[in-house]
Amino acid sequence: MTATVTADPRTADAWRQFTGSGWRERVDVRDFIQANYTPYEGDDAFLAGATDRTRAVWEKVSGLFPEERRRGVLDVDTATPSTITSHAPGWIDRDRELIVGLQTDAPLKRAIMPNGGLRMVENGLKAYGYETDPFVTRVFDTYRKTHNAGVFDAYTPAMRAARRVGIITGLPDAYGRGRIIGDYRRVALYGTDRLIEAKHAERAGLDGRPSTADVIRDREELAEQIRALGELTAMAATYGCDVSRPAATAHEAVQWLYLGYLAAVKEQNGAAMSLGRTSTFLDVYLQRDLDAGLLDETRAQELIDDFVIKLRIVRFLRTPEYDALFSGDPTWVTESIGGVGADGRPLVTRTSFRFLQTLYNLGPAPEPNLTVLWSSRLPDGFKEFCAQVSIDTSAVQYESDDLTRTRTGDDTAIACCVSAMAVGRQMQFFGARVNLAKALLYAVNGGRDEMTGDQIAPGAAPLTGEYLDYDELSAAYDRVLDWLAQTYVDALNVIHYMHDKYAYERIEMALHDYPVHRFMACGIAGLSVAVDSLSAVKHARVKVFRDRTGLAVDFRTEGEFPVYGNNDDRADSIAVDLVESFMAKVRKHPAHRDAEHTQSVLTITSNVVYGKHTGNTPDGRRAGQPFAPGANPMNGRDKHGVAASALSVAKLPYDAARDGISLTTTITPEGLGHVPGERAGHLVGILDAFVSAGGFHMNVNVLSRAVLEDAMEHPENYPELTIRVSGYAVNFVRLTREQQLDVISRTFHGAL
Amino acid sequence: MSAVTTGRIHSWDLSTGVDGPGTRFVLFVSGCPLRCLYCANPDTWHMRDGREATVDEVMAEIGPCGGFITTAGGGVTVTGGEPLLQPAFTAAVLRRCKEAGLHTALDTSGLLGARASDELLADTDLVLLDIKSFDSTTYRKLTGGALAPTLGFVTRLEALGKRVWIRYVLVPGWTDDEIAVDGLAAFLSGLGCVDRVDVLPFHKLGAAKYDALDIPFPLHDTPVPDPALVDRVRGRFREHGLVAH
Repeated sequence: MTATVTADPRTADAWRQFTGSGWRERVDVRDFIQANYTPYEGDDAFLAGATDRTRAVWEKVSGLFPEERRRGVLDVDTATPSTITSHAPGWIDRDRELIVGLQTDAPLKRAIMPNGGLRMVENGLKAYGYETDPFVTRVFDTYRKTHNAGVFDAYTPAMRAARRVGIITGLPDAYGRGRIIGDYRRVALYGTDRLIEAKHAERAGLDGRPSTADVIRDREELAEQIRALGELTAMAATYGCDVSRPAATAHEAVQWLYLGYLAAVKEQNGAAMSLGRTSTFLDVYLQRDLDAGLLDETRAQELIDDFVIKLRIVRFLRTPEYDALFSGDPTWVTESIGGVGADGRPLVTRTSFRFLQTLYNLGPAPEPNLTVLWSSRLPDGFKEFCAQVSIDTSAVQYESDDLTRTRTGDDTAIACCVSAMAVGRQMQFFGARVNLAKALLYAVNGGRDEMTGDQIAPGAAPLTGEYLDYDELSAAYDRVLDWLAQTYVDALNVIHYMHDKYAYERIEMALHDYPVHRFMACGIAGLSVAVDSLSAVKHARVKVFRDRTGLAVDFRTEGEFPVYGNNDDRADSIAVDLVESFMAKVRKHPAHRDAEHTQSVLTITSNVVYGKHTGNTPDGRRAGQPFAPGANPMNGRDKHGVAASALSVAKLPYDAARDGISLTTTITPEGLGHVPGERAGHLVGILDAFVSAGGFHMNVNVLSRAVLEDAMEHPENYPELTIRVSGYAVNFVRLTREQQLDVISRTFHGAL
Repeated sequence: MSAVTTGRIHSWDLSTGVDGPGTRFVLFVSGCPLRCLYCANPDTWHMRDGREATVDEVMAEIGPCGGFITTAGGGVTVTGGEPLLQPAFTAAVLRRCKEAGLHTALDTSGLLGARASDELLADTDLVLLDIKSFDSTTYRKLTGGALAPTLGFVTRLEALGKRVWIRYVLVPGWTDDEIAVDGLAAFLSGLGCVDRVDVLPFHKLGAAKYDALDIPFPLHDTPVPDPALVDRVRGRFREHGLVAH
């Protein structure tokens, strides 16, 4: 987007010493970063520890956590549907805080956001002993329709049935879809006046276009975006910040950026409310102030520590069922760090280190979801530091910068767990996932659900042989997947039509270009179960056991068969084919607003719930047993160590799963080497090799089984124990017992 | 081209930092002439328990991992069992790995060092030499074999200029005798080929394999060494100027 250069003296001062011109003429943060950042190739020796001030602020707010854990929520404002400006300002410790702003008027006090769905609010409040304010109920029942109500007006019976049995699941039809990353850096670099001016120009560009439904919607959305920027300015003013102008110091840059993000989490209860790629942007400001003597390293670190404290206390009101599915209170405040620029210079700066350093200064924590964009071309000092932080905290995830840079550019950020998008230029419609293992059973059973016996997919002849025939099964599976892809994309179109209409992300979209590139982010779960089942049928003999109604309810495998996760092409090629074939099927169905179809191989922690709702499978997995998370091999079937299992996962083609392929690894400290001082170097080698082999995402947990078992028995001793699960991190002690056992039962690579 | 060579192998694994540098393809061959009381892999004792594999088949497993292990700073380690119980097979695997540009390591007790040809050793970048005790009486009681061939083998490696990492399993009551440790340290410090000594604390993680094989685990009641003892023994090696971990 373009706008005239503002000759405002406040802007001239804010931009003193900055170089480059493109970003001055148009809103273009990437261009600003490229023209002004200082790559850092050294090690972690420069970093500063936590100050007494930082510790005092952190202790004050973290001191509320035990009570919050005990009660589920610390407090809720039940009467005020949250908007950017709905709540009076609040503080943790007004005299000590450097970065200010809370979602409501008190820390950890949650707000209600009924636009997504009134029932979610009512159930959430009820679960924690609160009553919904009758006025709120009346407004959203009588006068103002919600996203959730809209979706259920337009769902077809087939969609409802697929949702009920859990073959399509986790759909964002009752809550905010999330996964939209506003380019919050724009607030700091340009100030809202300039951003509003640019949005007016974009809207004026539509004045000459015929008023078709699409154009009218765009005009209305742009008007809402402009309004939201105004509200952001007003909200910031209540904290004494004038964000109408650009940030003039590093302190202001962190603050302005945070206020932009805060506006988003005041108004949207998105499943994932990710931050973007901010560290190297902020480094430009920190470096300018350090060079000018306005800051020292201790103060620079304090600003980042304080910012991260705020990101750690983002809270939403959700239901206990939602929390059980996702293990606690995930907000996916994902921050993408590192990577390499298109010109070959690493995008690593001192502030990349400072973000990771918060895991030492404030202790390990699941949020923000620190994500390193990894390339073998990253500087050695940074690689070693990342690996050491992983070994010490298990709180970091890695994604291939080589894959993202070449697809979505060098200003890519990850939303949620593994969803890559160019910041401020691309957004996505979050689409949860379908259950490929259940679909395979539908192929056997002619579309009947193996748990309920109900006919869900259109009637086709069930397979009737005593033994499963591979060709017959493949053909039937293909037909079921055709139906599934169609029903799935169709349901997502309904959901996102209604979300745009009733719960539009005004401020996040105000921080995007117009027009924006949209992805329709589909997903698959149960990949390894489906692959191993197909492999069993192909390479061994699978006998079917049916109940009186002819429903296949169990299987017995005779003979050996190769399984996914051992770098064995006989099994791995089945996985590759399945990912590619489902992607092709999804692409056949037009997506809402011409979005580009993608898919993820990701389950988050819902692999446990999906398993619970899926019957016995031909691979020998028993009904109810958890699936493997994401693209992981099934628990215990990968026999040749973590690297071999990673090599299998690395074969899955990113271009057929552009919304991400998730691998979670757990390794004991000894599994990274006999000599402690060599372990970080070894982990660097594994990450280099994984990414070079085409791998996309790796969670690295460095933990011993004994620690996890002790944490189950004595959770009070492990309040900070953080582990990576699918694309994010959780407090281990907040997992349900079932999820804890699932984590422990997974292969502990390096036991010997 | 080369003679048809098949071997008996137990399994393979990709492991990190425990069988030589970096992340490595570790080939476990079957069969071992020793019966170390602390052995963690009793399932590799007998050649008959392994599966037959040709060198081509082994290379077909290694090949797809080649890029990964090289980028990860590793290579291939042949271990067991005792690789030199099948010297022609081991030599052929090492040769093919070198031809593929991979770093190679041979993990051996040295008992059968005489069976390792100069060609085999020329294709070996690193020898991981397990010296189980420096006291010949203890060595025999602990392993059922003789110490002397191992010492002869390391002398030969010295003469050939091979790089050697020593592995020393620390078993309380068996290998923690200070005089024996000192003697070994003094011997090793006189050799230029020894790059490091890994002191490996005895563990019982193999006990379940003994149960599965229905044979008694001889050191069932032996305690694992406490960290202070491990530090002390590492210190002994360091006092002799050796790099010890």
